[in-house]
Amino acid sequence: MLEPAPNNAPTAADVETSLYEVRKKIYVRAVSGWFAGWRVALVIATQLVFYGSPWLVWNDRQAVLFDLVARKFYIFGLVFWPQDFIFLTALLIISAYSLFLFTAIAGRLWCGYACPQTVYTEIFMWIERFVEGDRVQRMRLDKSSAGARKIGLKTLKHGIWIALSLWTGFTFVGYFTPIKVLAGEVAAWSLGPWETFWIFFYGFATYGNAGWMREQVCKYMCPYARFQSVMFDPDTLVITYDAARGEPRGSRSRTADAAAQGLGACVDCNICVQVCPTGIDIRKGLQYECIGCAACIDGCNQVMDKMGYARGLIRYSTENAVHGKYVDTEIPKHVVRPRVLVYSGLLVVIVLVFFGGLWLKNPLKVDVIRDRGAMMRDAPGGMIENVYRLQFINTDESARRYSVTVSGLQGLSLMLALPVEVPATTTRTFPVTVRGDPSLLKSGSHPIMFHVRDVERPDVRADESSRFFVR
Amino acid sequence: MSDFVHDGWSLYIAIITLLSLIACAVLLKALSTRKLSKGEQAGTTGHAWDEDLQEWNNPLPGWWMWLFYITIVFAVVYLVLYPGLGSFKGYLGWSSVGQYQDEQKEAAATFGPVIDRFLKQDVTVVAGDPQAREIGQRLFLNYCAQCHGSDAGGSRGFPNLRDGDWLYGGSPDSIRTTISGGRNGLMPPMGAAVGGGEDVRDVVHYVLKIAGRTHDGLRAQRGQAKFARVCASCHGADGKGNPQIGAANLTDDIWLHGGTEAAIAETITKGRISQMPAHKDFLDEGKIHLLTAYVLGISGQAGKK
Repeated sequence: MLEPAPNNAPTAADVETSLYEVRKKIYVRAVSGWFAGWRVALVIATQLVFYGSPWLVWNDRQAVLFDLVARKFYIFGLVFWPQDFIFLTALLIISAYSLFLFTAIAGRLWCGYACPQTVYTEIFMWIERFVEGDRVQRMRLDKSSAGARKIGLKTLKHGIWIALSLWTGFTFVGYFTPIKVLAGEVAAWSLGPWETFWIFFYGFATYGNAGWMREQVCKYMCPYARFQSVMFDPDTLVITYDAARGEPRGSRSRTADAAAQGLGACVDCNICVQVCPTGIDIRKGLQYECIGCAACIDGCNQVMDKMGYARGLIRYSTENAVHGKYVDTEIPKHVVRPRVLVYSGLLVVIVLVFFGGLWLKNPLKVDVIRDRGAMMRDAPGGMIENVYRLQFINTDESARRYSVTVSGLQGLSLMLALPVEVPATTTRTFPVTVRGDPSLLKSGSHPIMFHVRDVERPDVRADESSRFFVR
Repeated sequence: MSDFVHDGWSLYIAIITLLSLIACAVLLKALSTRKLSKGEQAGTTGHAWDEDLQEWNNPLPGWWMWLFYITIVFAVVYLVLYPGLGSFKGYLGWSSVGQYQDEQKEAAATFGPVIDRFLKQDVTVVAGDPQAREIGQRLFLNYCAQCHGSDAGGSRGFPNLRDGDWLYGGSPDSIRTTISGGRNGLMPPMGAAVGGGEDVRDVVHYVLKIAGRTHDGLRAQRGQAKFARVCASCHGADGKGNPQIGAANLTDDIWLHGGTEAAIAETITKGRISQMPAHKDFLDEGKIHLLTAYVLGISGQAGKK
């Protein structure tokens, strides 16, 4: 046992005084431009789908409905049963590989445009701007002492936020309880306890995350935010400040000759920092907080236009391009690289398998359960019988009729009134007696097959194996 | 009901539980060091690993300590409300049996109206109702199919319910009585009463004769007298059985325990005991009503074939 060397002992400087940093409120400046336009388009598109689809009708039922109690999941013409869980798995794998692929090509596109956290924060900021005014007005309002106007504006803002949040919660629950029934229950003040809980919980989460938490969710809570940087490589498009062109930064008059003053293109107006929803300075380089929203590109381009400078001081570029390995115009050539090819290849395969599986999805499932009480029994005429339960799952939305045959042994006959009818999206059990002639059969256990065919659609079929016992 | 033989054990366990709680609190208090003042440096634990690797002996964060205290408070509250402290039942009076009964009540309230509708109807009407048949089939598969088979076709020792042959009668009331009260079928060993092995064979051939099967005429003739003397008291002079006591009809070529010569001989020599368990203790009136209707329905179908 060695005595600790005194010079290696921890020092006071190592002691962390506090692990908690109080959040500095970010006042995001509104920006317009090419990327902002895309974000608006995606916010509208995703929210039309989210708020709209529960109201669509298909086959006289809600087009998209996840009926947890009956364990049937309706998506337009498709009905999924718990047995179809593999499709959800495939969908999640497709989502994951899409995320990998898009991130490898152009960084955190998902975060910047489609993530609900971004989308709802964006909507909440529109409301905030509508009520409280632009960035400067909002900062002034927050600094002002509490008065009738301040309280009024804050109440209005939170009122609209809460109303939208509750509508979001209502829509969310509407995917699980038919939304028209749910609307009736809300109107009649007769919501069930769980429906009430989920509406308020989802509403509260929306209000809290999009109104209060905002970039903290991305910075401290979101695991995807962290692992997406693993998909980055030197050829990934990232939002970049062109330091070579911008530095040394400094303010100048619009008419002044920057070169003569020894200044770069950056006028140090701080617009790129003010528009950033996570409050970072992109000029310090790529940071983990950057959600790839490109607001700084739009903001900087506006300034460059005003100054009469070329656009693109902040732009999408790659690490290699910034370091001069190739020029920006050659970036598209570097998109095709092994990482991207592997992601795309896997994605294509899984997508094909997914849609192939959907195309071939059998609306008939059959289970054969052999009776355990008795191996076999005697029947009139010296025959012997084995008993089975045939369980039919008809996932089709119309009643179907099925024929059943049995094969595998000589002289087997099936004692079942055919065809059997199974109502739409229903499970039915039919006890089935199979009779055999022991004089034709050897003693022991023999494999047999049940063949089930849809009477009207011969391509819908299921074959299930079981055993037949002979004394 | 207490599992303890003597009340003292309950007290013993309660005291140990409470002492453990107090010990936890004391241990926690003893281990919580004072908060460092600003700029003050904590000492190390005094150990060194790998030559110079040391560990700070900082006080546990306050919120962490409080989580432990909260678990102790939780334990106290739990022990007051729920059973756990010896044989003390807790102020909420919760028990697993009570919870089970509550859930049963809830299920009865949910499914009661559906079943009550059928309970008001006559069994023969219920037997023709498709919904009742569906419920009946599920009940049958749950409670009856283990012995009688999923197709109600029975097997050796367990009657076929579809063949229209009834040991205790096939009226709705007899079927209901059979299901709710159960039946004890007893064929006493009659080998000695009949005589020896050859005498038993004679009776077997007489039984085969009245069942309409191929038999030895001479033996059957000899067996007839023995049958009248020994068997007829239960199975009747004509061998058609007696549903009052569950004596089987021997003329219909339906054999609960096998119809071969050897099987019939064994039945006569050693007797048979079969039991239909009573279901009234765990099936309510409504379910028995639906099962009666279901059994009646499938036997009727078999009769038509």
